[in-house]
Amino acid sequence: MPKHIDLAEVDRLLAAGAQLVEALPEEDYEEGHLPGAISLPLKKLTAETAAVLDPQRPVVVYCWDSL
Amino acid sequence: LSSRAACRLETLGFAEVYEYVAGKLDWLVNRRPVEGTRAGDPTVGNLARQDVVTSGLDDHAGDVRRRVADSAYPFALVLSRGGVVLGRVAASDLEGDPDQEVELLMDPGPKTYRPHKTAEGVAQELVERGLRWAVVTSPEGELIGVVSRDALDAAVRAQK
Repeated sequence: MPKHIDLAEVDRLLAAGAQLVEALPEEDYEEGHLPGAISLPLKKLTAETAAVLDPQRPVVVYCWDSL
Repeated sequence: LSSRAACRLETLGFAEVYEYVAGKLDWLVNRRPVEGTRAGDPTVGNLARQDVVTSGLDDHAGDVRRRVADSAYPFALVLSRGGVVLGRVAASDLEGDPDQEVELLMDPGPKTYRPHKTAEGVAQELVERGLRWAVVTSPEGELIGVVSRDALDAAVRAQK
C-alpha cells in the first residue's frame, strides 16, 4: 500500500528527487498544479502513460484532498 | 483519486509510491506556489483576512458583542476548540441578554468556501446569494479567514 504523507514529507521527498504526479483530470492540471508535477489522470493511467516516470525514483501522487 | 492512482502505479512496478492525501488544497492552504493557466488568479485564500472576531460556543453575548463592535466586521464566527467553523452570529443577534451563550444565537453551518476558489467566481456567487462576506475554510472546516465582496471585486478589477 502506498504510504500516506503530509506536506513536510512531500518537501523532504522532493528535495531527495521524488517525482510529483497529479491524478486529477487534465483540465484541473492545466489550471493549476504543484510546481514540476506531471499530469497522469487516473482514467488515463496505463503502463504506457506511466512510462514518463522514472521507476527508480520515488513517486508522490496527489489529487485535490482526501475527502 | 490519488489512492487509486498510487495503487495503480504500484501494480505497474513502481516500488516507492507515496500519497499526499491532503493534496492540492493543503498545498494552497499553506500558500505554496502553483503553476498553470490560472496560477496568477487571485483566490479567496490569498485574500482572506484573519482579523475576524471568533468565539466559542459558550462565550457570552455581551463579551462577543463588545469585540464585534470594535472590529471591522458585523458578525463573529463561532468555532470549535479545534478551530472548525460551527456558526456565525450577527452583531444584531447579540443585542439581547448579555449572559446568553452564543451557541443559542448563532446561525449554524454558514456557507464556506475552499481557499482555491477564484475571487471572480466567489464574488459572483456572493452577488447571487445576496451575501457580502465569504468565510474561507480548510477542507476540514478550519477557519482560514474572511474576505469581503468589496475586496474580491477590487482584486478582480486589478487583475483586468
